[in-house]
Amino acid sequence: MLTFTDKGIYCPAGDFYIDPWKPVARAVITHAHSDHARLGNQHYLCTKDSVPFLQLRLGKEISVQGLAYGETIYINGVTVSFHPAGHMIGSAQVKVTYEGQTWVASGDYKVENDGISGEFEPQKCHVFITESTFGLPIYHWKPQQAIFSDIRTWMNENEQAGKNSVLVAYSLGKAQRLLYNLQHSVSRFLVHGAIFNAHEVCLQNGWPLPPVELITPETPKESYKGSLIIAPPSSADSTWMKRFNPYSLGVCSGWMQVRGNARRSNVDAGFPISDHADWRGLLQTIKQTGAEKIFVTHGFTSVLARYLQENGLSAEEVKTAYGSEEEEITS
Amino acid sequence: MQHFSQLISTLAQSTKTNEKLEALSRYFTTADEKDKPWVLALFSGRRPKRVLNSAQMRQWSMELTGLPEWLFNECYHTVGDLAETIALLLPPPETKAGSHPLHYWLDGLLRLDKASEEEKSAFVRNAWDQMEYRERFVFNKLITGGFRIGVSQSTIVNALAKAYNIVPATVSHLISGNWDPQQITMTALLNEESSTIDDSKPYPFFLAYALEGGPQTLGDPEEWQAEWKWDGIRGQVIRRNGQLFIWSRGEELITEKFPEITALLPHLPDGVAIDGEILAYDLAAGRPLPFQALQTRIGRKNLTKKQLQEAPVIFHSYDLLEYDKQDLRLLPLQDRRTLLEKLVNKADQPALKLSPAIPFTKWEELTALREESRNNGSEGLMLKKLNSVYQTGRRRGDWWKWKIDPYTVDAVMIYAQKGHGRRSNLYTDYTFAVKNGDQLVPFAKAYSGLTDKEIAEVDNWVKRNSLEKFGPVRTVKPELVFEIAFEGIGLSSRHKSGIAIRFPRIHRWRKDKPVAEINTLDDLKKLL
Repeated sequence: MLTFTDKGIYCPAGDFYIDPWKPVARAVITHAHSDHARLGNQHYLCTKDSVPFLQLRLGKEISVQGLAYGETIYINGVTVSFHPAGHMIGSAQVKVTYEGQTWVASGDYKVENDGISGEFEPQKCHVFITESTFGLPIYHWKPQQAIFSDIRTWMNENEQAGKNSVLVAYSLGKAQRLLYNLQHSVSRFLVHGAIFNAHEVCLQNGWPLPPVELITPETPKESYKGSLIIAPPSSADSTWMKRFNPYSLGVCSGWMQVRGNARRSNVDAGFPISDHADWRGLLQTIKQTGAEKIFVTHGFTSVLARYLQENGLSAEEVKTAYGSEEEEITS
Repeated sequence: MQHFSQLISTLAQSTKTNEKLEALSRYFTTADEKDKPWVLALFSGRRPKRVLNSAQMRQWSMELTGLPEWLFNECYHTVGDLAETIALLLPPPETKAGSHPLHYWLDGLLRLDKASEEEKSAFVRNAWDQMEYRERFVFNKLITGGFRIGVSQSTIVNALAKAYNIVPATVSHLISGNWDPQQITMTALLNEESSTIDDSKPYPFFLAYALEGGPQTLGDPEEWQAEWKWDGIRGQVIRRNGQLFIWSRGEELITEKFPEITALLPHLPDGVAIDGEILAYDLAAGRPLPFQALQTRIGRKNLTKKQLQEAPVIFHSYDLLEYDKQDLRLLPLQDRRTLLEKLVNKADQPALKLSPAIPFTKWEELTALREESRNNGSEGLMLKKLNSVYQTGRRRGDWWKWKIDPYTVDAVMIYAQKGHGRRSNLYTDYTFAVKNGDQLVPFAKAYSGLTDKEIAEVDNWVKRNSLEKFGPVRTVKPELVFEIAFEGIGLSSRHKSGIAIRFPRIHRWRKDKPVAEINTLDDLKKLL
């Protein structure tokens, strides 16, 4: 029912693509990250919550339709619906049913409920397309509250050492997760422009996030003290960071689970917190779907596929263009 | 253990030397007395005896996690460190016993030396069961060895100097040589009076920096001494109380490995320490053999007659640090040299040679001589200031090594493997090949020489262009051309290419060069 083409995941019966990486007429989008939602498609279909973020990333003028979670739509006789993926605000798994067969394309997903990205709902299906970004047993996440408390401890230590606290987090997804969950333990947030823009869109759409201040050349140095500064990965190596001297650099990313990654990126503190499922999350989800066939996309594809095969499932690796951009260090 | 693993985290997290020094000196002021000598030992390369091997560690962790071997290996290649891989994979601890200090675990490990497999397994599983991730990682590291946390010997020395209020140079000497962290106390180790009791104690080595550009900036040639620089093993030969000791630069006691040098015992007076180079030597021709010859002697437990005949060694002496039981290091080089010459002449042994001073009056003469280095098999020249004292560690100013430019060839990458430590999960270890007819022959492995940005680029390329997978190794399309630099070249029966090269590294990425234009095996053989 779904096939893998050089443009993306295609549904011949419904004549639409899921997260295409080359321009197509009809694109069904799981979430607004740039490796899944690309420019140039004639028409976009996504969740209602995702619409403003697609417009933020791709422009106001795109043709886009939003559906509520669980709402069904028929495209050329194929039933399509969106279900929470827990990855970022508005993120969804796409469920496609045709002639009694159900396939689910999960995009990116996270099992733990972070409070703002929607609670992941596993979907019963015949065929499940799963990501594998963290598809190795070395990746197992601590509950997010433990990480937030580590972040708070790190901030206190910085304050005692007379340093500012700069946290690197992806501007769409991770930044909102941090803001939402740290709002009662941090008194003041200062953010980079990219995060400020995403934040404005969130506030306009009624998301319960704390106020933040945009960092400009006029921001007085004293205001950094005791605040939490949030910046996107792209700024971590730039001269833009100089204004925070002296500072401690923290990075929020699943890759921080392994010491080598943290040392390589020269960070002072790595917080292994991810918006993707860990090994156990992947396995648990796959089991819950009851799927008899699993396609494994972006990440440790060969490892997860082989492990599933050895455990009696029919699993196959699929090459896609996902997971290649902008999330490199902050997945 | 928590105190120590906290120290390890702090050291790993701080990127500045000063912060590391601060953390270490705080540790040495506050830690458990019995833990301190152990920490010093671990950080200065004195690894505890290995009582467990990594195969056992793997086996037990696979049993505990229920993971198949291939999956365990995938994890290991991604993490790039066995101790860390195991710590990440183990299920959470079941019992939470009281925290034991570092020396408790180290003593326990050492007691396993003669234990049965069951006892070993029980000890390790029991240890894992009482520890959280961070302690487990450190505990595993104690077994697998090698804390690479960016703490240099001088940082350790300075931290101790600060914590115990002793001059760094003195600390450096006091902590050198032979001591057992299980037996010694910090007070005894850092006591200047008692330090003379250890007859084997070497002096910390003085190391030279590479001279960039020419020697013209060094001033008056008359103030300098020049010597040939040979590629051997830097060593210190000591005779005290009728015993002879040979130390390597890594402060490893290597007395037993070089019977030719040990035989100097009756020919040396008591209370001397000579600094020099251990070289394999062609006694008939009166010149050093290439390093490859010496290599046949390294790492062998028992030497055969054949090895002793084919690669006899000598001690090529160039400095005298102790004479007549007196520390000479604060005398000027020319005075130490006079005494050294006297000593070597008096001993009059083929296995003890003097590194000759090259006569010269102008820098230009040396520049010309240096060009001949390759012909006589040396690595270039050493320049030493005649009035210099013998310092500790690597210092600028008084000693310079002025090496010849390395050989370079253009080669193509054919295999890539993920690296370790801070290069984990990145393809950073490459194998290079040259052409031989229409075949590609691997001849060098290199790990260094690229910038982080270039490594990221190559890593990305490897991921998209791998052809086959052999365990952790990927064969890649022979497409990326690099200039490989190396110091020496020799024939080798152990290598497919028939040659072995010394210190290969990536000089630069030749993005401008197509594979068709790389060097050939014949080009390499011409360098022999």
